[in-house]
Amino acid sequence: MEPNYDIPAPKKHALSLHVDPSKFEKATAEEKKQQDVMAESTTFFKDGCRRLMKNPLAVMSMIILLLVILIMVFAPMVVPYSYDGIITVEGVRDKQAANLKPFEYSPREQQYMQKYNVKVFPHIMGTDELCRDYFIRVVYGARVSFLVGVFASMMVLIIGTLYGAISGYMGGRTDLIMMRIVDIIYSLPDILIIILLAVVFKETMDFSKLPVIGKLGTNMVSMFIVFGLLYWVGMARLVRGQILGIKQNEYVLAAKSMGASSGRIIWKHILPNCLSVIIITTAQEIPAAIFTESYLSFIGLGVALPMPSLGSLANAARSGMQSYPWKLVFPAVAIILIVLAFNLIGDAMRDAFDPKLKQ
Amino acid sequence: MAQNTKKNSEYLVEVHDLKEYFPVKTGLFTSVPLKAVDGVSFNIKPGETLGLVGESGCGKTTVGRTLLRLYKPTGGEFYFNGELVTDKNIHRLRKEMQMVFQDPYSSLNPRMTVEDIIGEPLDIHHLYANKKERHDKIMDLMQLVGLNAEHATRYAHEFSGGQRQRIGIARALAVDPKFIVCDEPVSALDVSIQAQVINMFEELQEKLGVAYLFIAHDLLVVHHISQRIAVMYLGKLVEIADADELNSNPIHPYTLSLLSAVPIPDPKTARESKRIVLEGDVPSPLHMPSGCPFRTRCRYATEQCAREMPALTDRGNGHMVACWNK
Repeated sequence: MEPNYDIPAPKKHALSLHVDPSKFEKATAEEKKQQDVMAESTTFFKDGCRRLMKNPLAVMSMIILLLVILIMVFAPMVVPYSYDGIITVEGVRDKQAANLKPFEYSPREQQYMQKYNVKVFPHIMGTDELCRDYFIRVVYGARVSFLVGVFASMMVLIIGTLYGAISGYMGGRTDLIMMRIVDIIYSLPDILIIILLAVVFKETMDFSKLPVIGKLGTNMVSMFIVFGLLYWVGMARLVRGQILGIKQNEYVLAAKSMGASSGRIIWKHILPNCLSVIIITTAQEIPAAIFTESYLSFIGLGVALPMPSLGSLANAARSGMQSYPWKLVFPAVAIILIVLAFNLIGDAMRDAFDPKLKQ
Repeated sequence: MAQNTKKNSEYLVEVHDLKEYFPVKTGLFTSVPLKAVDGVSFNIKPGETLGLVGESGCGKTTVGRTLLRLYKPTGGEFYFNGELVTDKNIHRLRKEMQMVFQDPYSSLNPRMTVEDIIGEPLDIHHLYANKKERHDKIMDLMQLVGLNAEHATRYAHEFSGGQRQRIGIARALAVDPKFIVCDEPVSALDVSIQAQVINMFEELQEKLGVAYLFIAHDLLVVHHISQRIAVMYLGKLVEIADADELNSNPIHPYTLSLLSAVPIPDPKTARESKRIVLEGDVPSPLHMPSGCPFRTRCRYATEQCAREMPALTDRGNGHMVACWNK
């Protein structure tokens, strides 16, 4: 006899999984319409910004960073003191104004205020041991640190990304040679090269007439050059590693089959897909550069005096820490705020601009 | 220029003795060639579909990619529309040849909107005068493959597999090609979606008159869509015939065993049909057997098979088979 392969009739069992159609009802027109409603579609950038704005930490960091930048830009216009000059009262140098506490006035300033019944602009963070207003010095220090951080990380970003992208995309022998160059650069001691370049520049070149760099001094020039020459290798390696993975994707092959040029493939297909890594690394490079600047100031290779930087201010305050702790606290807090804000924004941007993390 | 670059022919695609060897490093300075594709020849007429089947690793995908010069061919000639394809004219010809990829999840850039993905070939070949024309073209293409206009500003990851494959097809159609290499376009999809996509391929062919090289390992799918089918084994073509002819009258022993492995929906017939199970494994393409590559697993193998590779010979009605004994 032939076996029967027909599907057996549904069993009427309590635990049976067979569906009873009578228990279902048809969807109403309104319910159907609800299914049609789709999420509002936005562009990649808008979408990312919207998600960034939803992150309270990122918004707070941005507000803090914005405040810091506003203070850095406008404070020197408002505060009537200069970062490198001793406080003067009626055109006379006030030698008694050394090491004042925040919002404290020197005896001569108090006399002056009583005499003419006017207000002298307060020393918000006190004064240093050379009778200079400390607030304006911290502001200038933050300016220098900021400049160093942003400029150095931009150089790292541009050189490292380009180099890594080309190396990773080309692959093969090109990649091998380019990466061995990176290895060699990686092994060079950065401090030694900064010292070397600083000495050479001091002897051979005069930067003092240049607008910004002249004030910062030759040490800063050599530091920028060292950042440009040496520090990009980390970024280059990172980008290369990312690209090696991304270029295996079929959309890169698809672009090739459409006839896209290598430049277009790198720019349109590969770099946007390692953007999150590039952003977070750049954001972390800024505080790293600020720290480098600080420890170079510590060993006397930082900005040229009397120009302050947050690192050199904190270092100078170390000696008088017991008597004047606020002189250490203010630049340290400034460093913390800037570095933390950059790190948190970098993190938040990475999350916001990754479409796969979208909820 | 060489005189031989242009010739008249009824075929859109003519491939002669295509070879693609990849060097495989064995030591610091030594390498052996991996013969991924070894002397493959076939023709495709305008508006025709040639199915290309074979098991994994037999070089199907490499054939498709070599035709589009994603790999530089080691040897052989490829005439497109009577024109010899070289490095010089490939950029122009890429407007007429396109590719649909296997994996709809990795073949679309996750950072681009659907509009930009479909518009990319238009951008590359400068096929529009202004933004409006570009937008209109993209809208037409999306409609053609059954996507909503609202989808244009979305990202690929917001779509299902079938929809993603539609986006990939729309991208391939953007430049109005005459020939599309479909590299296992449905094998990553659900069976129900497979049918939709395959029917769409057929509809598009009717509407636009494109020719397909349809690569797949599913014989049923290939038989459904192709006019002719080519069977590959270890980088070589072993049989080409009309789809129905190949299905009803397979000659090469490898084709026979492939066909016997196709699942039959009716259990009664399935019980009656005999499965030809091949013995042994596919030989490594690095150590190819001499002569016919299939001889190590072929029950008809003779000494002659070990000495010489059989050529494709016509067994009537364009049914070409490469076998000494059948």
